[in-house]
Amino acid sequence: MNVPEDLLYTESHEWVRRDGDTIRVGITDHAQAELTDVVYVELPKVGAAHEARGPIAVVESVKAASDIYAPAKGTVTEVNQALESNPALINTDPYGEGWIFVLKVEDPAALDTLQDAAAYRTVTG
Amino acid sequence: MSDPAEKRTPLYDEHVRLKAKIIPFGGWLMPVQYSSIMEEHQAVRKSVGVFDISHMGELVASGPRAGEWLNTMLTNNTGKLAVGAGQYTFLLNDEAGIIDDLIVYRVEEEKFLLVVNASRIEDDFAWLRAHLAMDVQLEDQSEQYAGLAIQGPKVEELFQALFGKATELPARNQIARFELDEMALQVARTGYTGEDGIEVFFAAGDAPRVWREVLAKGESLGIRPCGLGARDTLRLEMCYPLNGSDLSPEHNPLEAGLGFFVDLTKPEFSGRAKLQREKEEGLSRRLVPFRMKGKSPPPRPHYRVIRDGVDVGELTSGTLSPSLNYGIGMAYLSTPVPKPGEEIEIEIRGQRFPAVIEKKPLYKKP
Repeated sequence: MNVPEDLLYTESHEWVRRDGDTIRVGITDHAQAELTDVVYVELPKVGAAHEARGPIAVVESVKAASDIYAPAKGTVTEVNQALESNPALINTDPYGEGWIFVLKVEDPAALDTLQDAAAYRTVTG
Repeated sequence: MSDPAEKRTPLYDEHVRLKAKIIPFGGWLMPVQYSSIMEEHQAVRKSVGVFDISHMGELVASGPRAGEWLNTMLTNNTGKLAVGAGQYTFLLNDEAGIIDDLIVYRVEEEKFLLVVNASRIEDDFAWLRAHLAMDVQLEDQSEQYAGLAIQGPKVEELFQALFGKATELPARNQIARFELDEMALQVARTGYTGEDGIEVFFAAGDAPRVWREVLAKGESLGIRPCGLGARDTLRLEMCYPLNGSDLSPEHNPLEAGLGFFVDLTKPEFSGRAKLQREKEEGLSRRLVPFRMKGKSPPPRPHYRVIRDGVDVGELTSGTLSPSLNYGIGMAYLSTPVPKPGEEIEIEIRGQRFPAVIEKKPLYKKP
């Protein structure tokens, strides 16, 4: 499984790319492999406020709908509209073209509790 | 993740070796997919796929009065079965609730094989044993049997690669015995995908050898091992019901739209009186197929159906159709149900999405 060194990770298998007080979020290679063929993504609304660990988006495979959780409390500033026409980007490029949303984080210090690549690797085995 | 109470088929190790994703299903640990539901689905529609169906149950009824007795237990007319023929049928409780849907084969003059759903084996056996007639022997042989479903347009080529070039497939719904490397196999021309196909039953101990032989002989035809995921999308495109979702003791075959497999001219079978009454008084709900109209999340079981602003029922099946690339499903709606072409709405996470009532099957071969 691909676990890039420069990202942070949640226990619910989201990856987080930190840039000051904003974070870009997607699901990990491990998560996309578990979900398999993503056929629909319900994106959050730009401007919506979300609580840490609250459901923020839904990723659906043929078999199941899975909630995606906000890694920290914040406001959505950008969503990946390309996923509306091509949800499979999450499978083909989970850390790149398959990003889901950008969040402006209320308290960037909260991100310090996320796992680094080494810690996440031990979770996924 | 794996509960020790969950059973493994004789092919479990083969599935693990092929890196299948394993899920609990009806008390069994089964492969839901090997690579991708989409790819496995397309393999069955375009070439051929093989499914492990060893979890399904095999009950055997025998004796001079076995046929006569089964005819009082099952909804379809077993009296019409010649030796070697099979038919789809229901086992109902006294309230006409569906205990199981199954295929009964007359394998010998006085011997019948019932292929039943994995999660229903014990209930079926208990019900049948409690109603057993004199001089009929009933055995649960589920543990002794393994089974494969081989489905897709290239099934005949594969069948002849396995059993010899001149060997003919049994006719539709017929079952016959064949030999493969000295192993005895019963081959039925049946399936759950809408494609041409066979279901093969044999001794559990032979399972890994048969499985590998099928995959090896099918390789040049593009065969794929297929899991429960593709099995579900394939059957739903055809509107074949899934026991435990579309069928249950809370539903009867008439409201499920399967009256064709119920012979009300028979004087007696469990549930008959209730069905006769329902037929005369009119059904309160019916299972209808539909498709989503525009872009929407895939419909799923338990989503609500809205018609003209009123809640009229609930989905029992739903998925994104890999063949059609839009959402499809089946829902029990209160009568009078909307006609094909009429619009309904499906409520998904608080939002309503337009859908249209369709005719069976949802997918027709091009």
